Amino acid sequence: MANTRKIITLSVPLIIFFVVCFFLFKGLYSDPRKLDSALIGKSVPEFTLQDIYNPEKQYDASIFKGQKMLLNVWATWCPTCYAEHKFLNELAGQGIYIIGMNYKDNRPKAIKWLTDLKDPYQISLFDKNGMLGLDLGVYGAPETYLIDSKGIIQYRHVGALNEKNWRNTVLPLFNEME
Amino acid sequence: MRLISLHAYLSPIFVLLLCFISSSANSAIDTFEFDSTEQEQLFHDLSKKLRCPKCQNQNISDSNAQLAKDLRNKTYELVKQGKNEEQVVDYMVARFGNFVRYDPPMTPATIFLWLGPLLFILLGFYFLYGQIKKQNKPEQQLDLQEAKRLQKILGKKTAADEKLKQGSKK
Repeated sequence: MANTRKIITLSVPLIIFFVVCFFLFKGLYSDPRKLDSALIGKSVPEFTLQDIYNPEKQYDASIFKGQKMLLNVWATWCPTCYAEHKFLNELAGQGIYIIGMNYKDNRPKAIKWLTDLKDPYQISLFDKNGMLGLDLGVYGAPETYLIDSKGIIQYRHVGALNEKNWRNTVLPLFNEME
Repeated sequence: MRLISLHAYLSPIFVLLLCFISSSANSAIDTFEFDSTEQEQLFHDLSKKLRCPKCQNQNISDSNAQLAKDLRNKTYELVKQGKNEEQVVDYMVARFGNFVRYDPPMTPATIFLWLGPLLFILLGFYFLYGQIKKQNKPEQQLDLQEAKRLQKILGKKTAADEKLKQGSKK
């Protein structure tokens, strides 16, 4: 009786030690630059933006409704976007609906990029002033948002999409969405 | 001689200039115009309080990142529209999450920051209380088994003593 109580009392610091170790160990492998979006569970903010090819053509938030899709934020000044572009083409080839948002960029350069590297986007928005970018909480390109058929943001991936993170993280979430 | 006196005159000026340099190096240089000094003060307070999401540990006034510049412009715009501090902070939190705040609000995820220290203090007092109680007890009580064993040992001894006594009498 007295012995078991003693063991319990003595093991409390040990347990606390292990819990602290667990969190510190986890902290070693977490990337502090990856932030969760504040917009998860919310609909895409209202906006009016021009088409990248045609300034006459304008879009609003209704384009995000009707089917699940990816919203990819990119720019020609972003080297990681260049690395990512090939994979986006692959995804588009698999029939995944992607809307592109050209973020704080130069229109002719962006059009040249899309012509030279192939255009994976069903719709390309031109966000010259970064207005939609600010409302989405974009803090670095590339970023990819998972948006369900009701236009609700379900997930944000910061950094380039590639075969590995697509298969392990993003695709399961994408498949889960309605 | 003349050179020294010139030096004596110039050095305070030089020191004064240094002050200007260091204060301007603290924040990125923007030119903003405000309607009132309160607005200007609010803008400066906010740009020190808001954290740049891109640069981990700099406020938006400190950072030269493009995003920090955008956020400064937006803060200026909102302040100029007559928004108060809370409204501007809420605007940023709605877009970038609580990461942009340097003082975290009490949420289920951060509650431990407030309750944790309190919990440790209470635990410490509990431990102390137990220790004091133990010390104050005059003698440790034996549980039933131990008491029986003691009785047995004592009983044997007294029986042996008596036998010895009897033996010496004889």
